[in-house]
Amino acid sequence: MIELEGLTKHYSDVRAVDHLTFTVRPGIVTGFLGPNGAGKSTTMRMMLDLDNPSSGTVRIDGRHYRELRDPLRVVGALLDAKAMHGGRSAYNHLLCLAQSNGIPKARVREVLDTVGLTSVARKRTKGFSLGMGQRLGIAAALLGDPRILMFDEPVNGLDPEGIHWIRNLMKSLATQGRTVFVSSHLMSEMALTADHLVVIGQGKLLADTSMTDFIKENSRSYVRMRSPEQERLREILRGAGIDVTPGEEGALEVEGEDAAHLGELAARHRITLHELSPRSASLEEAFMRLTAGSVEYHAHENHRPPESPAQSPAGPGAGWGADWRKKGS
Amino acid sequence: MSTPQSQPTPAHSQTQPPNQPAPAQGLPAPGSPAPQAAGSGPGITGPAPAGHGAAVPARPVPQRTPQGPPQGAAPWPGQAPLGGYVSPIPIRKATLADAVAAEWTKIRSIRSTVWTLGSMVLLIVGIGLLAAFVVSATDSTGATQTERVPVLILGIYGTMLSLICVITLGVLTMSSEYGTGLIRTTLTACPDRARVLTAKAIVFFLLTFVTTTVATTLVAVATEGIAGRLGAVPTAGQWLKATVGVSVFMSLVGVLALAVGAMLRHSAGAIAVMLAVVMMPLVLAMFLGVSDLTELRSWLLLYSIPNQLGVFYDVSAGEGPSGWDPLWIMTLVTGAALGGAYLSLAKRDA
Ligand SMILES: Nc1ncnc2c1ncn2[C@@H]1O[C@H](COP(=O)(O)OP(=O)(O)OP(=O)(O)O)[C@@H](O)[C@H]1O
Ligand SMILES: [Mg+2]
Repeated sequence: MIELEGLTKHYSDVRAVDHLTFTVRPGIVTGFLGPNGAGKSTTMRMMLDLDNPSSGTVRIDGRHYRELRDPLRVVGALLDAKAMHGGRSAYNHLLCLAQSNGIPKARVREVLDTVGLTSVARKRTKGFSLGMGQRLGIAAALLGDPRILMFDEPVNGLDPEGIHWIRNLMKSLATQGRTVFVSSHLMSEMALTADHLVVIGQGKLLADTSMTDFIKENSRSYVRMRSPEQERLREILRGAGIDVTPGEEGALEVEGEDAAHLGELAARHRITLHELSPRSASLEEAFMRLTAGSVEYHAHENHRPPESPAQSPAGPGAGWGADWRKKGS
Repeated sequence: MSTPQSQPTPAHSQTQPPNQPAPAQGLPAPGSPAPQAAGSGPGITGPAPAGHGAAVPARPVPQRTPQGPPQGAAPWPGQAPLGGYVSPIPIRKATLADAVAAEWTKIRSIRSTVWTLGSMVLLIVGIGLLAAFVVSATDSTGATQTERVPVLILGIYGTMLSLICVITLGVLTMSSEYGTGLIRTTLTACPDRARVLTAKAIVFFLLTFVTTTVATTLVAVATEGIAGRLGAVPTAGQWLKATVGVSVFMSLVGVLALAVGAMLRHSAGAIAVMLAVVMMPLVLAMFLGVSDLTELRSWLLLYSIPNQLGVFYDVSAGEGPSGWDPLWIMTLVTGAALGGAYLSLAKRDA
């Protein structure tokens, strides 16, 4: 179990992590989400006592990380796939880590086998691909067979087979009763692995909720309608007492109504429909809505205005994110 | 007592839950409360992925209040109180000896170690032998009968030059970890900064000391054999100083470089600083010609590292350090630098 309390980190003028308080529990996979620069890696570094918090504390099973006598037996972490000396072989990289914690040598072969790097164990890591480096990092995390595992963007650079494997690995680690904490940018990825979600933006806690609750609150379903007579359609729907929200590219979105019913309504008023499609908002959209106020690094596309989540404001689904947006900014 | 799982080892020091004050937060009751303690390492055969690619996968999630207030739930019986999982691999406390073993693996497993130490030996032995042959061939040390010193002094050219290798290896031992990001892995595995630094210093010192001792002894014996007839017969003390003394001194300079590498965290920068430390006193002394600075000038000269190295061969530019003094001086300087390196490791973000 990892407990954070009021964890804060300033870098001169940047407040990278801002009063984070949450608990990562054993037996489940906890997803740690946030846009680029949200402070995920910084938080993880502070958990491992690599960076000193400006204020606040982190407790690992009730103790400070520096008090752990054989830390690799308690916490296994993958922070950065490149955190190794390129001139050293994969085997020796793991061997020195094992030795520093009094872990039996045989364990090195075991984890190399687990991550599938046995055939390149004697090769220097300089020549490793990103995914191979990532696998070696995962091997290092598993080395001490720890109760707590921390992965910073583990799927980074992995091939589909590797992604599939790490997903199952994380789930089975949690099933064994371990604490599994994994960061990601991808909501869809987390939806497949995580049982619990912690979302941060600009260093602040945006959500700390179970995956089921998040899905329940955010899987908004609606019907998308498009017509050459958009204005008339809107009037008619309003007239029928139906709430309409403007959707993407001038479409209309209607929540809580049956597509068949809407189609019949349009037919009755002789309105041509170009589109009538039932949809459900993806979790990715929900995540973007949630972190909308705290995304620091936007890409700028030249051809089309950014798909701002602000285009789907209000409505029952957005209320949740909107609430946080107020707090976030 | 019968616990659900029988552990081969006393897993963690805090084994018994009931009278242990539970940590601040309530413990969860995970939906899947059966940690397979007796199983092998981390399981790699997990459940099949739920809904591969499905937008909204419906999966069983442990029953839990999401951000529930601390529930005073007691740890389930027979479990380590704080984690959920207990590893079957025996646990023992890591010690400084473990850290030393790890650092030994690190230093011997990269090629730059072999290269720098190899060229160091080549410089010491090669230049030493060359000097001995030249002196022997010209049949003169340039000294008059009365002021004859042992020809052991011919080793100084090689040792002086090879300081560069020692410095490079010393700096790299520490700064390469910062350059590659390995330092984070190292400190995660061993959060005790003092232990990491001590282990590195011990391993580096011993390795350098053994190598230099072999090289300097080789040169000392060879020069005596080749050109010994031209110099005074060295005393036991002179033998010892020209071999072990020089080697300890050089290794200490290397540890100083290691400490500087830890403080600067930048290979090229730290090597430049160390070369300046070695060379600057001589350079400065040349420019401080003004008469009222003569005291400072001679002090700089006497305590410069090359001159201190000369003390071990019984050549020195005047009063100032003599005998084994350079060792004590260098020990103090290196100790202070290690203190600084420790503070830097302990206080700054890795
Ligand atoms: N060593 C540092 N010095 C100064 N600023 C830093 C440092 N490390 C991180 N930051 C800043 O802290 C903020 C959080 O960075 P962090 O790397 O934790 O984000 P992240 O959530 O991991 O992002 P990503 O998803 O891109 O990995 C950023 O604004 C970053 O610029
Ligand atoms: Mg990051």
